[in-house]
Amino acid sequence: MLHTLLLSLSLAVFWLLNSGHNTGLILSLGAASIAFVVYVAHRMDVVDHESQPVHLTLKLPGYYVWLIKEIILANLQVVKHIWLGSKSISPSFVTITTSQKTEIGKIIYANSITLTPGTVSVDLDGDKILVHALLRESAEDLEAGEMDRRVTELED
Amino acid sequence: MIDSLMQVGSSLFLLIGSFLLLSGGVGILRFPDFYSRMHAVGVTETFATSMIIIGLIMHNPDLLVDVKLLLILLMTLFISPTAGHALANAAMHADMARPKNIKSDDEVTSSNS
Repeated sequence: MLHTLLLSLSLAVFWLLNSGHNTGLILSLGAASIAFVVYVAHRMDVVDHESQPVHLTLKLPGYYVWLIKEIILANLQVVKHIWLGSKSISPSFVTITTSQKTEIGKIIYANSITLTPGTVSVDLDGDKILVHALLRESAEDLEAGEMDRRVTELED
Repeated sequence: MIDSLMQVGSSLFLLIGSFLLLSGGVGILRFPDFYSRMHAVGVTETFATSMIIIGLIMHNPDLLVDVKLLLILLMTLFISPTAGHALANAAMHADMARPKNIKSDDEVTSSNS
């Protein structure tokens, strides 16, 4: 019930921000389409904690701030090595062990790795992530596990 | 005053974004193998896109347009890691540029056999 309510609310906000119209006819058409989408989502049985990770809402902003800082730093590093040329890079594969218990935690972790330039998660199998790193330093940073720890903290 | 300041700021962000996009392109040409080139693309899809869209938001005072630009940025940041992972995973399954210095290879050999 909570997830249905939040889904309708976020759809309504999304609709209002995209349309900008507020005449009665347009608004009622909007309300009808939101009701239809919620109905279809229920029929598909996808309204749950995975499509609406409400429990993460309070902790995510702090993680995002940290992640954006990491992404900017990693970007500068990769740009530096692009201009230094391919002699300066040390591409390698490493296997990282994750400590997240839930699927969604692992996905946040794997996507964060890919989103940070210089590291791409290639394969996820159980609690092992195969990562390709452009530089030895970025692989070592991941093995040190600060990102892993921060994602695990989101879970509980 | 505020207007011209915003214009200068917007130009600055667009300029940084353009430089990062250029760097990404140069990286694709310079790096030796598929996986390394993916990292160069990573620069264009995160930092460069953000800079360009922030520049455009500062350029445009209309709130509704700004929100749409922000949504485009958000979508890009959600889609690009998924697409990047799909690409890398497909490359690995296709035996592309076999990694030489892999540390633990059980999952690689099992998925390649």
